[in-house]
Amino acid sequence: MSKQEPLLEVRDLKQHFPISSGSILQKQVGFIRAVDGISFDVYPGETLGIVGESGCGKSTTVRSISQLHKPTSGSVFFGGIDLVTADKHQMLKARREMQMIFQDPYASLDPRMTVRSIIAEPLVIYNRRGLLEKPLTNIEIEHRVEDLMERVGLNKLFKNRYPHEFSGGQRQRIGIARALALNPKIILADEPVSALDVSIQSQILNLLSDLQKEFGLTYIFIAHDLAVIQHISTRVAVMYLGKFVEVSDAVRLYDNPLHPYTTALLSAAPIPDPTVEKGRQRIILSGDVPSPDQERFGCYFYERCPKRMPWCSCHIPPMFDYERDHQVACWLYDTTRDYQNVSMEEAQKAAASSQVV
Amino acid sequence: MNLKPDAKVVLEVKDLQTYFKTDAGIVKAVDGVSFKLHEGETLGIVGESGSGKSVTNLSVMRLIPSPPGKVVGGQAFFEGTDILALSEKEMRKIRGAKISMIFQDPMTSLNPFLRISTQMVETLRLHNKELSKEEALERSIEMLHLVGIPNAEKRVRDYPHQFSGGMRQRVMIAMALSCNAQILIADEPTTALDVTIQAQILELIAKLSVKMGTAVILITHDLGVVAGMCDHVCVMYAGKIVERAETGKLYAYPAHPYTEGLIKSVPRMDTTKKGERLFSIEGQPPNVIDLPPCCPFHPRCHKAMEVCHHAYPPLRELEKGHEVSCWLYVDEKERVYE
Repeated sequence: MSKQEPLLEVRDLKQHFPISSGSILQKQVGFIRAVDGISFDVYPGETLGIVGESGCGKSTTVRSISQLHKPTSGSVFFGGIDLVTADKHQMLKARREMQMIFQDPYASLDPRMTVRSIIAEPLVIYNRRGLLEKPLTNIEIEHRVEDLMERVGLNKLFKNRYPHEFSGGQRQRIGIARALALNPKIILADEPVSALDVSIQSQILNLLSDLQKEFGLTYIFIAHDLAVIQHISTRVAVMYLGKFVEVSDAVRLYDNPLHPYTTALLSAAPIPDPTVEKGRQRIILSGDVPSPDQERFGCYFYERCPKRMPWCSCHIPPMFDYERDHQVACWLYDTTRDYQNVSMEEAQKAAASSQVV
Repeated sequence: MNLKPDAKVVLEVKDLQTYFKTDAGIVKAVDGVSFKLHEGETLGIVGESGSGKSVTNLSVMRLIPSPPGKVVGGQAFFEGTDILALSEKEMRKIRGAKISMIFQDPMTSLNPFLRISTQMVETLRLHNKELSKEEALERSIEMLHLVGIPNAEKRVRDYPHQFSGGMRQRVMIAMALSCNAQILIADEPTTALDVTIQAQILELIAKLSVKMGTAVILITHDLGVVAGMCDHVCVMYAGKIVERAETGKLYAYPAHPYTEGLIKSVPRMDTTKKGERLFSIEGQPPNVIDLPPCCPFHPRCHKAMEVCHHAYPPLRELEKGHEVSCWLYVDEKERVYE
């Protein structure tokens, strides 16, 4: 897979949201560092799963990639252009190939539009501007809508109905049909199954993997459910406080989690089997995810880490290559030096001197 | 998970029926639910949204908004009395003191205008009139310590918004258990929380139920949570309990096709293989308005038979403690309808 050209390249992406205070004179008092410098590649045909707790920046990451929020810094290369600096016209072209599916199937469909107009909207817009490969007539658009509805498992006779007449799972199917309308290359799925019941969740997961095989789609798939991520992804990125802490091939990550956070996350996720549950050792993390509003000089996970060392308090770990396709941002895996015996004073001295340089 | 074999029954719900009147018709949210809760037991109630799991427990707590809702039938025996027949005044003595409840969203169940101390002292003094304010405050702090809130003496003076989601749920648990309740009903207590926080809260509930001898009813849609926490599980579908068994039995030998489908359709981290299709139950959960007298699961069931279209299956005991309501387990001669 690594020989292929990446479809999407993200480099040092940062998304900081200003915090303002004051009732009349608004002053900026700081930043929420929602995404704080992440880099990754996505290869054609794969599914990159992003997993993490709420507030760790998963959704902001995909929204920054699709330029729904303009990133603070960094670059996103897609189809040969940098989306961060792209103009409106280039962006419109890029969006044809990059579509999103949202979490809440109730909020992401306009209640005043019929299913037909929801699914046809992207086609109509791109058709009017002449951005489709070949212009479509109204009848062709109609046929395309019907095809899409059948493909995602909706009865095409329902095309004149409104979203409120459908259940959550069916609405998510409408959202998927809308995302597929322009034949995109990559779909950014932001927690597409979190709001659904178990039996519906498995229907949607199966549909997404069928569509991937059929159309050769690439997914960036966000979820907080580790089992769902493991099921659907080829590679998994674990996020914590706006940074990737571990990126790995999905199977390897679950067999051999390296980062202390990944280990804790995996051990905290319940497994639906009482015999397995009884014999499991849980690593219970203390405390909550800290607020991302302050600048950090040490490892982002330092406060909650069960394996923390003095060194970690004042040095941000880079991504270390553990093996091929398995990177981890933790000082425990720096093969050049063992930090176990470094005292707090030495660590702080080293940090101070490196800042001067 | 500290159920003794000879534990006595603390709550017995018999044939509970709760209906809601709507413009579209009568919604039979709960229709003939019976279960027993033993001392020290953790009972899981699982089901999809709309299956009636929350309404069952709200009915027991007498918290169904009426109108439109009404408990139209059934009994719930607690300490020998039918609490569904009690007057509101008598019920108030039980609710919060002997049976208490924690909800899914801890932000909406705490009053944002009042300090934690005010809310906890109020609960305590309402149920124990002899308690002075100082004693009640002391007890509140003690409870906050017990649920693992650091610096409880200071934090008790804080407002709910100063706590994070997980901490708020801890406060709710402290409040619910402050009067030494015998039964704790936890309605999706961890659904709004992250996995690492969920693990903390579940461990806390399990630890406290052992320590204080509280019986717990855990309502959830997460089969993983049930597997780790509960002694017995009831599976609900369309307002009825379709299967009830010991947790181990239920996962190893699910009898009802719905239970089987539910267990198989959850991806598992440890055994599900890559690229394998998930088992899925086709179709949608039924609308519970004007359900015809048939098995409500038959349109989605892969083992449906002729009889399933015409009558609701009776409850059959497969072995001790394992009951299922499905025509598959009824003798062919007895499969009569009309």
